[in-house]
Amino acid sequence: MFQRLPEARRPALPFLLDGAPAEGREGDSVAAALLALGQDACRESAVSGQPRGGYCMMGVCFDCLVVIDGIGNRQACLTPLRAGMVVETQRGRREPAR
Amino acid sequence: MSAPPPGEAAPRDAYDIVVVGAGPAGLSAAAVAAGQGASVLLLDEGMGPGGQIYRGIANPALPDRRILGADYWKGEALLRAFAASGAAYHPCAAVWHLDAARRVGFSREGRAHLVQAGQVVLATGALERPFPVAGWTLPGVLSAGAAQTLLKAQGLAATGRVVLAGCGPLLWLLASQLVAAGRPPALLLDTTPAGNWRHALPHLPGFLASPYARKGLALMARVRRAVPVIGGVTDLAIEGEARAGRVTYRRGGAAPAGLPVDHVLLHQGVTPNLNLAAAAGCALDWEPVQACFQPRTDAWGLTTRPGIWLAGDGAGIAGAEAAAARGSLAGLAAVAALGRIDAATRDRLAAAPRAALARHRRGRAFLDRLYRPAGHFRRAADAALACRCEEVTGATLREAAERLQVPGPNQMKAFLRCGMGPCQGRLCGLTVTETIAAARRLSPAEIGYYNLRSPVKPLTLGELASLPHDEADLRATGGA
Repeated sequence: MFQRLPEARRPALPFLLDGAPAEGREGDSVAAALLALGQDACRESAVSGQPRGGYCMMGVCFDCLVVIDGIGNRQACLTPLRAGMVVETQRGRREPAR
Repeated sequence: MSAPPPGEAAPRDAYDIVVVGAGPAGLSAAAVAAGQGASVLLLDEGMGPGGQIYRGIANPALPDRRILGADYWKGEALLRAFAASGAAYHPCAAVWHLDAARRVGFSREGRAHLVQAGQVVLATGALERPFPVAGWTLPGVLSAGAAQTLLKAQGLAATGRVVLAGCGPLLWLLASQLVAAGRPPALLLDTTPAGNWRHALPHLPGFLASPYARKGLALMARVRRAVPVIGGVTDLAIEGEARAGRVTYRRGGAAPAGLPVDHVLLHQGVTPNLNLAAAAGCALDWEPVQACFQPRTDAWGLTTRPGIWLAGDGAGIAGAEAAAARGSLAGLAAVAALGRIDAATRDRLAAAPRAALARHRRGRAFLDRLYRPAGHFRRAADAALACRCEEVTGATLREAAERLQVPGPNQMKAFLRCGMGPCQGRLCGLTVTETIAAARRLSPAEIGYYNLRSPVKPLTLGELASLPHDEADLRATGGA
């Protein structure tokens, strides 16, 4: 589990994760917010459907792909979390957008 | 990020200099060039400036400066110089194209842009070397750099049963930062090959005279006081169904051991992030000590493509402070190439960064040899995925390399699709080259690397369609 250190105080940002209300913090990437919520996996791989989560957090591994505001294959680690964002874990899909 | 960065307006059509990457090299290059009166655009994929090493420096998550350590906060001075320089800056900008005519294509917030650069400085930095052990794709397994990024930018610390595994300075730095944050890892598994000492030893005097020696040894001592360290690890695997549950390891001929885990953080050094330079046609060389490809550059950072300069770890791994110095050198050289300053002025201004570069290069020869990862960890284990995207195992890759005698990585794509997924070979390129090289008993220099082409980042048709187009473009594509 990734936990916020007590000295990391930042205002909360509400968003939707797979349809349920969730909370991140200002300054979070979508990937960081998911990890802080204990969501280690954020997608199923395109080839065999195995669970995956972000590995590098710097935009090179493409394992943190999620659906953000209806657009698939977004790199969660490079996308700043914004209030009201609709984030969905991704199931295998290769299409760039639905 | 909280402070609105400068240069948020739409990009212009052309700039004297376009810099790619806002780490130490890019910030320095942009500041130096803008300081000489050039119009400069700095494009960066990150949410804020700093690159990976100074991630979050404009909006620090942790007010307690002791956690990340004094070296991290050196980024503040670079950022101040950059902010005062007047260079335009676009964060969250994915650069997907660079060609010999120095046109730069990038996307930002769903819109694509093409700008013309007089000169281009690439400061694309480093990425962590792939560590293809069984289970490295399981959720709960991250790179050490990823865990450090979360600590710097969000103040998030890996907690629970956390095992750090691998080799190299970053692994120890992260361990010390987790200790300082009150979250010491449960165990550090050191995979540094024992035989490396023999190669490193002749370079020990240079290391002892370097800025890294005292700092590094004190840091390792701090870690050893708080974290159990097991050295000489020769086998490593992570087990679990839906996520990492257990790490197993072995030391030479000893019996296998293991322990339950919540997170495994892997690291075995960093290598140049070269996709954009390679796609722009810059020649690459195999660097045998660091066991990686790096774009060929001269003493100013000029690549084999006129007007395309490379600075920082993207041109060869040497660390943050060397990167800042190389950024200044490339920035000065690019401004001189535009005719803004003469060669004498360039050389005079280059004296200080050259001296800094020499100082921070000292000691690297020792570190490079000591922390050179073992060959079997650079190639994929049979059960490990060599290519994470297309899910090609080490066994499959090795079989194709040995039985089919596939000549190189580009032919391997046709057989196995490795390197053809969204990461475009970033997490398998070196593994594939070294596996083929071992199977064919040739040097990686002879095997070569993937041919990389633009777009080097995925791009939607919608983004492409957002590029400005005129009547001639529409006629050429059969439109109305």
